Amino acid sequence: MKAMRAWFHRSFGLFRKLRSDAEFTAELESHLQLHVEDNVRAGMTPEAARRDALMKLGGIEQTKENYRDRHGLPFLETLFQDLRFAFRTLRKSPGFTTVVLLTLALGIGANTSIFQLLDAVRLRRLPVSNPRELAQIEIRGGNHGFGISPSDDNLTYPLWEQIRAHQEGFSGAFAWSGSDEIPLGQGAEAKRVRGLYVTGETFTTLGVPPFRGRLFTEEDGRPGCGFPGVVISYGFWQSEFGGQDSAVGSTLLIDGHPIEVLGVTPPRFFGLDVGTNFDIAVPFCSIPAFRNSPVLMRRELFWLKVMGRLKPGWSLDRVSAELDAISPGIFEATVPDGYSAKTQDRYRAFRLAAYTGGSGVSGLREKYDASLWLLLGITGLVLLIAWANLANLMLARASRREREMAVRLALGAPRGRLILELLSEGLLLAVSGGVLGILLANAFSRSILWLLSTEHNLLELNLDPDWRMLGFTAAVVMGTCIVFALVPALRSSRSQPSDALRSGSRGLTSGRERFSFQRALVILQIAVSLVLLVGALLFVRSFRNLATLDPGFRERNILVAFINLAPLRFPTVEQYQPIADDLLQQIRSIPQVESAATSTHVLLNGSWTLGLHVRDLDTGSKFTWVSPGYFETMQIPLLAGRDFNDRDTPTSPHIAIVNDVFVRKYLGGANPIGMTMRTVEEPQYPSEVYEIVGVVKGTKYSTLRDDIPPESFGVASQFPPGTTWISVFIRSSASPAAVISALKEKVSRVSPELHAQVSVFQKDIENGLIPERMMATLSGFFGALAALLTTIGLYGVISYIVAMRRNEIGIRMALGASRGNVVGIVLRQTLMLLAVGVAVGVVLALFTARSASSLLFGLRPNDPSTFAGASVLLIGVALTASFVPARRASRVDPMVALRYE
Amino acid sequence: MGDKADVWQGTLALMILKTLETLGPLHGYGIARRIEQISGDVLSLNYGTVYPALLKLEQEGAIESEWGVSDNNRKAKYYKLTRAGRKQSEREVRDWQQAQMILAKFLSATEPST
Repeated sequence: MKAMRAWFHRSFGLFRKLRSDAEFTAELESHLQLHVEDNVRAGMTPEAARRDALMKLGGIEQTKENYRDRHGLPFLETLFQDLRFAFRTLRKSPGFTTVVLLTLALGIGANTSIFQLLDAVRLRRLPVSNPRELAQIEIRGGNHGFGISPSDDNLTYPLWEQIRAHQEGFSGAFAWSGSDEIPLGQGAEAKRVRGLYVTGETFTTLGVPPFRGRLFTEEDGRPGCGFPGVVISYGFWQSEFGGQDSAVGSTLLIDGHPIEVLGVTPPRFFGLDVGTNFDIAVPFCSIPAFRNSPVLMRRELFWLKVMGRLKPGWSLDRVSAELDAISPGIFEATVPDGYSAKTQDRYRAFRLAAYTGGSGVSGLREKYDASLWLLLGITGLVLLIAWANLANLMLARASRREREMAVRLALGAPRGRLILELLSEGLLLAVSGGVLGILLANAFSRSILWLLSTEHNLLELNLDPDWRMLGFTAAVVMGTCIVFALVPALRSSRSQPSDALRSGSRGLTSGRERFSFQRALVILQIAVSLVLLVGALLFVRSFRNLATLDPGFRERNILVAFINLAPLRFPTVEQYQPIADDLLQQIRSIPQVESAATSTHVLLNGSWTLGLHVRDLDTGSKFTWVSPGYFETMQIPLLAGRDFNDRDTPTSPHIAIVNDVFVRKYLGGANPIGMTMRTVEEPQYPSEVYEIVGVVKGTKYSTLRDDIPPESFGVASQFPPGTTWISVFIRSSASPAAVISALKEKVSRVSPELHAQVSVFQKDIENGLIPERMMATLSGFFGALAALLTTIGLYGVISYIVAMRRNEIGIRMALGASRGNVVGIVLRQTLMLLAVGVAVGVVLALFTARSASSLLFGLRPNDPSTFAGASVLLIGVALTASFVPARRASRVDPMVALRYE
Repeated sequence: MGDKADVWQGTLALMILKTLETLGPLHGYGIARRIEQISGDVLSLNYGTVYPALLKLEQEGAIESEWGVSDNNRKAKYYKLTRAGRKQSEREVRDWQQAQMILAKFLSATEPST
């Protein structure tokens, strides 16, 4: 208790320092006066009295210092003192400080930024109440692309209804589906907004409160609800309504229907798909009223996701077991028609299970997970190199003060005090660098997100700093401080005073010991740089491979137009075909259009497979229905037989064209013309017999990476489900803008209800390569940065060697060595370091490159030419950098060098 | 330095407390002078050492200070005992006397018993 009070007073003392210093001085003065007076009264002369008083006091300064020691907290005071001094010192060498701060900011910033992205994509929980209690219901093992299924974890609406009726383990369950584009408004203001479909209990189960107005209730979601209303997102509310309260209760014209706005969701809520956001939320039950489509009843359309909140006390395993138990009944009740018995049995065998849902779902995660982890590794390595440089720099700085330290040590200064002083400089730099790094990180993350977004796919992530990111940065900063400030500080304070005091402070033992540490650091830098350069080259070459790949079809000067015919609301499907034909004709009639054709498959986007029975083989192939002229438009060579033409109508015999991979794989290379194959039935795709009439060259199908699959083509007029939409491929060398406007005009002339979405095909392909481009760019940038930092480090070490051996060099030159010889000596040093570093680096790279193998294309991770290239590059750059100190060494006047000690 | 200084500080603190108890409020010079007197001039005390001890006692709450005027109209900082200080003084005196007693017994016990 007493001690605590004392400490309390002392902490206060820190702040009252100035005042109490003056006060104590006054007290001492008064003490002396009193003593002097007594002495004078006892008979001494004034001078003798004063002298005696001072002697008895025991020295004013000593007394003052003892007093001060007790008064404040000396430790903290000296720390502040050191920090202030460090700040002044750093200000005096602006070059050094700038370089260090920049290096730190870049290294820490890059690291934090990548971590921030990873955190937002992978680790953050949804901004709903108690996200830990959320679980997603999926088919165990995924639905394997059964029926129509964009994603493995999707379910059908009938399945959802069954789950809702029979599930036991959830206190509330809901379904949702997102990112549909819904037309809003009309005429000149018509646009498309991002729609989120939800069930009535979605918001209540998630525990999302309304920001304005109200959100959906279970009542709003009951079947046959018509248009109970729509809920808008915070962002949409701001952009469309300017954040006005009058938004609630107003009406929006959605897909031609006036619908009331019920309320606004909170600012942080973006739906359940991480990386996306929505504009309006619509209940599933409104869909039949919107579009005349039975989509809610389709049993083979897996398009929504189901989640629920676990009941208290229920674990995931328990819920999964319960779902497993009710699965047979559920799947039996929802078996889709139109499939073979075998396929239906496959459906019946599905089982439901529960998985954690608190972090939402994310297409982003699958796409970028591996890349982000790899980037985190890369930035970590760059930071490592930066640290090594900084360690060397600080060592050099510390060594200049060696003498001073030695003297102070000899005089009895506590070693801890010296370490603290050296540390304070490092601390200041590390913390400043960290703060700058955080600022940089935010900018960096936002730019990466911007780079990764496309017009159709605006990426939105919550990048607000949270405790995890700050903790990560703090850890990195601490690491920085320890590595490059503490290590040199410890080493310096360990130096033997006698060695340093000896003139010629390049003492043999201490110098050599420290030097081997520096050498080790540089070798580490070289090795790590090599790893990063190898990685960068691998990614750059991989990207180039993909970008320059010949996909088998034409990419340039192609536009893709998607026109949905459903707004015409014809009663039967057959009535759309004449419109589709008319549209195609109109598009072909545009003067700038060289060629146009439709296809049910947009290349490099999506996939459609049909089961086939051909020549005793039960197999399957991709199946696409195209209009005549498609192969010519896309410049896919016809190898045998004929193309489709206008005589192939819905009523003429069914014909097909196959690609050469099909012929090779299924027909053993035999001539397929005239052969027949039978398709396996599926809902809307009855079993048909097709006669093969032609062979085309194979092309890439859904991704550039996968091999060319066997593919069959049918003629568009014979498309089994009937044409309710068309994708038109248009070849034209004119400017896209001109063609697009002409096209839109033609389309609206056919019918004002129709709307065309046109994109430039090559842009779409490029967008598809964004992840690879990102890896190539970023890894290239960091590889170059690493090489630069290593070169700087190498330069420093070589300069040090040269300075150390100046004596020797002088002697050699005096004995007749030429300039070239001297340069050779220095370069030999460099080569030795490089040799070891590159060797270590190659071994490291072989290990680590394996982790990137899934991201590479057209290269193996241990591709020898890449390794060779990276090594040559690094060695070349390093040798060039060390040439400068080498030349400087050779220029030294031997007499000067000899005299130098 | 080290232990000896702390023990010395402890004894000095008690002497200060006792002085204040006996003489009442007093300034630093007076306290130091008195201690030297009482110890019979055996202790050759550096008057300056009294001040850190006074500060410590003040931080611990055993004494409090106030600027005042001495007999000859000199400004001086006066220290006086607080209630807690008085109790602390009594307690420490007891401790010392007890230690003395035990030690006395011990010392007399080393004589060979007859």
